[in-house]
This record gives sequence, C-alpha cells and structure tokens, in this order.
Amino acid sequence: MLEVEGLSVSYGAIRALEDVALRAEKGMITAVLGANGAGKTTLLRTITGLVKPTSGTVTLDGEKLTGMAVEDIVRHGVAHVPEGRGVIQEITVDENLRLGALWCMGRSERRVAMEEIYELFPLLSERRHKHASTLSGGERQMLAIGRALVSRPRVMLLDEPSLGLAPIVTAQLMSMLRDRTHGSDITVVLVEQNARSALSVAQRAVVLNLGKVVVADDAAAVAADSDLRHHYLGF
Amino acid sequence: MSLFVNVTLNGVANGMVFAAMALALVFIFRATSIVNFAQGAMAMFTTFIAFSLLDRGLGYWEAFAAALAIGLVLGAVVERILIRPLRGKPEINPVIVTIGLLIVLEGMAGSIWGNSARGFPPAFSQTGLKFGHTKVAFSHFDVFILGSVLAIMVATMALFRWTNLGLRMRASAFAPEVARLLGVRVGRILTLGWALAAVAGSLAGLLVAPTSSFSPYYMDLNLVFGFTAAVIGGLESPAGALVGGLITGLCVSYVGGYLGSSLQPLGALALLMVALMARPQGIFARPEARRV
Amino acid sequence: MSETASETAAQRPAWWLRARFPEQPMLRHLSFVVLAGVGFYLLTSALSQYDNFRLGEIALYVTALAGLSVLTGANGQLSLGHGALMAVGAYTTALLMNHSHLNLVVEILAAIGASAVMGIVVGIPATRLKGPYLAGMTLILAVGLPLLADKYSSVFGGDQGLTTTQPSAPGSINPQEWLTWIEIAGALVTMLLLANLLRSRFGRAFRAVRDDEIAASLSGIHVARTKVIAFAVSAGCAGLAGAFLGISTGVVNTGEFPLSLSIGILAGMVLGGAGSLMGMWWGAVALVYLPDWATSISKSFNLGNGVSAYLATIIYGLVLIVVMMLAPSGIQGGLRLGATKLRTLLSGSGGANVTAQFQKPEEPVMATIGSRGTAGGDKREPGPGSERTDS
Repeated sequence: MLEVEGLSVSYGAIRALEDVALRAEKGMITAVLGANGAGKTTLLRTITGLVKPTSGTVTLDGEKLTGMAVEDIVRHGVAHVPEGRGVIQEITVDENLRLGALWCMGRSERRVAMEEIYELFPLLSERRHKHASTLSGGERQMLAIGRALVSRPRVMLLDEPSLGLAPIVTAQLMSMLRDRTHGSDITVVLVEQNARSALSVAQRAVVLNLGKVVVADDAAAVAADSDLRHHYLGF
Repeated sequence: MSLFVNVTLNGVANGMVFAAMALALVFIFRATSIVNFAQGAMAMFTTFIAFSLLDRGLGYWEAFAAALAIGLVLGAVVERILIRPLRGKPEINPVIVTIGLLIVLEGMAGSIWGNSARGFPPAFSQTGLKFGHTKVAFSHFDVFILGSVLAIMVATMALFRWTNLGLRMRASAFAPEVARLLGVRVGRILTLGWALAAVAGSLAGLLVAPTSSFSPYYMDLNLVFGFTAAVIGGLESPAGALVGGLITGLCVSYVGGYLGSSLQPLGALALLMVALMARPQGIFARPEARRV
Repeated sequence: MSETASETAAQRPAWWLRARFPEQPMLRHLSFVVLAGVGFYLLTSALSQYDNFRLGEIALYVTALAGLSVLTGANGQLSLGHGALMAVGAYTTALLMNHSHLNLVVEILAAIGASAVMGIVVGIPATRLKGPYLAGMTLILAVGLPLLADKYSSVFGGDQGLTTTQPSAPGSINPQEWLTWIEIAGALVTMLLLANLLRSRFGRAFRAVRDDEIAASLSGIHVARTKVIAFAVSAGCAGLAGAFLGISTGVVNTGEFPLSLSIGILAGMVLGGAGSLMGMWWGAVALVYLPDWATSISKSFNLGNGVSAYLATIIYGLVLIVVMMLAPSGIQGGLRLGATKLRTLLSGSGGANVTAQFQKPEEPVMATIGSRGTAGGDKREPGPGSERTDS
C-alpha cells in the first residue's frame, strides 16, 4: 500500500500542495482528480522523488520513500508514466522498452518480460525497431505504459494518460488498466483531468483543489455526487 | 603536384587528430549539452604528465597508457566537482567554468613546466613512407594516428549503438528526467561520459604533441579546429566527428600549404561560417536533431 | 485598489531610503553621469601622472566590459572574441593616424564603426549557434584575427606594430589628464547610451531573445536581427576601448591582443556581474590591478618567478570558476541582493513585496547570467534542448 501523509510542497512562495494525505491499495486504481493547477502532477512528482516536499512523508508498504533519490525510489518498484508520456523519441520502441527493464533484469528475464508487453500491445511489436518518433499518440501511450509495466512494478503512477488521445483509444486504455489491476498485486494511482473516464475504472478517488484534498472517497460515491462533480470536476 | 599530394595527406593526418578532439567534444555535448572548452587543456596537461614520466625513464607505451588513465580520472573529477553542482542552472554557466579551467590548467602547466617549446618523442618514425621511389608526407606515425583514431571512433559507435551502457548514455542525454524515472543513474552516467571524453581528448593530445611545438598552449589551435570539426559534423555522431575532422583537416592544410600557416585559424573560421550558413545542423544530423 | 493612509505610510520606507535619483530613467542616468563626471574630474586632479594613466585604463576597460555585459548578460550570447574586436578598433585608429590627417573624434568614430561592422560580420553566422557554440566561434576569432596582422605585416606593422599619437591637450592642461578625461568621458557616455538602450524596446527584445527565442519570435521580435544588433553594439564598445588602448599605450601590435585579453575581459565581466553596467567598474579595477596584486602575492608567499608569471592568468581562471559556482551574478549582483535585503529589513514591511515572490531568495532582481527569473518550478536537469516528450 502506498501512503502519503501530511505532504506539503512549495515552489518558492507558491504552495503547490498543502497537507495532502492519500492511501492507495493493492489491486485497485486510485484516481487523483481536480482542475488544472490543482497539484496533481506535483503530487506524483513528489512521490517519485523528482520534487522534494517541505514536509510530510510517502511510504510504500511501511518503507519511507521521502528523501530517497529518484533512481532509488524506482528501484523500490515505483514506475512513473510522466505527463506527456516521456517516450524518448530519438531511440527505438524496443530500446525504450529495454530501458524500462534494464535496471532490474538480466538479459533472458528481460527478453521474457519484453515479449509479454509485446503480446499485450501487438501494435508495438510491429514497430519494434522503428524510432519512437514515428508512433501515433495512442501508440506512444501504449509504449509508455508498457515501459512502466515491463519492470513488474509494485506501484504505477500515471499522469494524464488520456491527454491528446481520441475517446475510443482512451476507453480502450482505461479498460486495459482496469483489467491489469483488478486481482493483481499492483497499486495504480491515476491522475486525470478527464474525471469521467477515470471514475469509470477507479475504485477510490481523491479530489484536489488548489493543493488541498477536498474529497477522498469511493469512486462510485464521488461519481454520484453531482454537486461535487460540477464544482471540482467540470461535469 | 607533389605539394598537393603532400598537403592532402597532411590534411588527412591532421584531420584525424581534429576528429579525435571533435569526438571528445561531441561525447560531452551528447551527454550534457556542454562544450568543454578545457578539453584541449586537459589533454595538454595529461600529455605533459606523460612527458615528465618519459623524462624519468618510463617506457613510451607505459607513459602513453598512464596519460590516458589520468585523463579518465581527470574527466571524472572535473565533472563531479565543477560541472555537477551547476546542474539546473543556465547552460552557459558550466561553459564559463570550463573556460576558467582552461586558463587555470595552462597557467599551472606554465608554472610547473615552463613556457618554452620542447620536443615530444613520437611513437613511430615520422619520416615519410616510401612508395617505390617517391617519398610521401605520410609517415608510420601518421598511420598510427589514423589507426588509433579510427579505432576509437568504432569503439564509440559500438558503445552507443549496441551496449546497454550506450543506451543509458543516450537516454541520459536525450531525456535525463525520464531516464531517472527508468532507474538510470544519470549522475554516474554523466561522470562516465566526461571520463571517456577526456580519454579521447588525451589521445588527441598525445597524437599531436610530436608534431607541434610542445608548450602549454599547443592544444589551443587544436581545440579550435576540433571545435570546427565537431560543428561541421553535426555535434550528434561519432561519424560526423570523423567526417568533420577530415574536412577541417584538409581545409586547414590547404590554407596552410598555399596561403601560409598564420591564416589557418581564419581559414577554419571561414569554413565554419560557410558551413553554418549552408547547413547549420551539420552533415550528419538526423532530421529531428536539435537545432544548434 | 483602495489603500488607507495608514497602510501607505507603513509601506513607504524611511525618507533616506527613498532619497534617490529622479524617477524618469533618462534623467536618472544623466544625473548620475554628470555627478560621476564631476567626481572623476576632482579625482584626476588629485592623482599622480601614473595613477591617472591607470584610471584611464580602468575607464577604457569599463567601456569594453559594458559592451560585453550587454551582449552576454542581457542578450545571452557568450563572446570570447572581444579582445579581437578591441584589436579592430585599435588598428583602425592607428592606421588612420598614420595614413591620414583626420580629427581624433573622426578616427575614434571610425574605430567604433569598423568594429561594429566586424560584429555584424561575425554576428550573422553566429545567429545559427547557441551559447557555447557561439563562444567557440568567437574563440576562433580571438585566436585568428591577430594572426592576420602578422601575415600582412607591411600594412599592420608586424611585430613592431603601428604607433599612435597622443591627443594634444588644449591650453596648459596636462596631456595625461586630458587623455584620462577623454577615456572617462568615453566610459560614461557608453554607460549612458547602454543604460538607455537596455531600457528601450531594444533592451526588452534582447532579454526576450535571451530568455526564450521561440516565445520572442512569436511576439513579433525578429530574433536574428536582435542578436546581430546586440553583437554590433557590443563590438562597437570594444572597438572604442581598443582605440583608447592603442592611444594610451602609444603603440598597437598583436602582442597587445592575445587570447588572454579576451578571456580576461570575460573574467572581468563575470566578476562585475553579467548584465550589470555599474558592476563593470569592479571588473575593470580587477583587470587593471590584478597583475600587480598577483606579483605581490607571489612575492609575499615566495612562490618564485615561474609561478608569478602565471599567477595572474591562474587567478583569472579561478575567478571565472569560483564566481560562476558560488555567485553567478558577480559582485554587483551580490551587492544588489544585499541592498534589497537591507531595505526590506529597515523598512519593516512584513510580507515580501510582489516581485520578491517570484524570485528565489539567493538571486537578485535583474535577471543575469547566473539566474533564471522564472517563477519557482523545481530544477530541471539541463537536457539538450527540452525534454523530448511528445504530444
């Protein structure tokens, strides 16, 4: 279980996060929602260690992650699919995927894990040796997620995966996420602006506004609360 | 006619040295987007150390290897102490630091070993090879230069293309933050990159020393020409460094041969300006390459 | 925006902190220049012949440094070739003095013009290069241009160089004092013009291009032209400084313009504070007196002749390294920061003023080479260009 307690982050005099608490459990998708600038991306970046909090802690199964270097947090099984996907365009699809597994697997194990991802995303398999710049938006998203999954992470953080994708592709993506997560050991934290599609697959939802948590509840409850939806989520 | 042939061969030999310098510069640019102005001075310093070792009776190849090894360490130390703390700041800052390092190293070399030009012994004979009855301006030593630079080029390309380390280095250069998220220890990679680049630079220093007046400033011009070679070649690839080096070497040699040696730097400048106006991204830059 | 009288009173700092030059920038600069002029005049009459010569040296370096400060600090282009540009000015002046009977003013203007033209010639291909690569190109200029004078030694006087004539002082004024006044006037006028330039739309264009070329061009700024203008302006300043250098030393030869001059100018600018104009006085003082200080340091530490010859250059290098690592905004930046802190402390205002909110506390108001004037954001690693993330 991923636990965030009392997390505060400031950029100079700007408070990006204030006293944020979050619990994300295994086998579940926890959605983090809110308007632009609410602090969702900052939250993910702080969990992964790219940003240092001014106070608060992040723990994974009891082990404290705050204060560790990014590379070490990753080695504890945290995979982060960043905003904009972070697909490295100058290298091939296969190389992108290989990078995801390099830090934790030897050659043969890596091959197996990569083949599993190629089975999951046949479109990627077709384009293995092409530069990642030739992929479409949806394919890049698959690559980014595949790259995160290949290391068999304990925690997967996704920052706005639906951004720039067609609705059909988004729906496919979301159902794939749900299928992957349900009944497995993986903890998924899904940051989305597109609250509706996130709520359709998440079990828990946390809503942020101006850096503070305003609601933390079951996803179904959040989806049902129309005032809340209007006020913070835009639908 | 024979002047032309000799000047051309000379250009090829020099070009290989410029290519080695360019390779060092390209290496660091690909890893960190920094131009290491101290590259030549670092090479000079390690070569002077080799010179001292030779003076004390150490064998040639031992001193050669020692210089390369010291270069490796020097590159790592410079990155760790001077460059790393400046990450996150404007890119121009570490460049200025390397300029400072350049003159500190030249000053230190001057105070330790003095200003005057000396002779550095070559690894192989420097007399021109003979083809039949004609002597050409290409010696055994020039063959050695050609061979060793080609070897380093091939090794670099292989490193980048086929090894996992090379993949990590490319990732660190193209997208350092994403690389960190993928568990790449970007900091260590950068240090290694600088160390390897310094080795390439040290090699260049050792190759040039026998052919020039060996003083603390002897690498200044080579930095200049290596830089030109790197920019022409596109700053992206070892192959580019090689081609850029050859072009620069030939150009500089022709200018030197037909117009006089004092015009060589201006010749390089003119070449650079023409190349920039005609093909700013360099010869080997891929279509999606960064615009320098 | 309604403020009660008591609020305003509480926010206004004490009178002696408010006492400053007139609000309007042009007047403010002008009044400063006049005051400084008077101050220097008094100074020169008190100093010895030799000290006046050095004061003149300081003034001419200020001229060169100020130009470089605008180019690098305000426009973000790093030049290692300003020594060569000074040489252009110096040789132009010397050639005119030797081969024509023009007025000194005309000769100096010609020097400025010639170096500005050289700045344009170099500046145009330089627009294709980013920071360090531009620096590399200017390095080639610094190394190569003086060699030209060697090559065509019949025209340029070769090793011996060309001689220059000291301007004759009117009446019974001491010629050295007269020369020093001219140099000081040159420095003050240059600073005045540059200060106004920086405040004008050109200055804004310079900074916009430095901060983000793409954004600048989207706002309608012609990026290449802006860069070339900045280069030409700073080259002109260097040319003026070079002319003065040639006149004051009496001779112009390649030995006066080695690579270390260009690097020394860079060091002086960095020390004074890139982007600042006032800071250049610090840099110029350091440049002029460093060789002497270096010699006395090596004497008092008994470092021997070998080291003392190189100590000055080693110190230049260390200045560049240390300043960039510890205080990238130079002396002036540090002073400004200290003054801001002092002012906030003394005026007793509790909350930080609005602009301070958007600066990191260690960095001064004026965006210089050392700082990024952006609103917070964690430090991103400087990957080549921007992160290649898609969409």
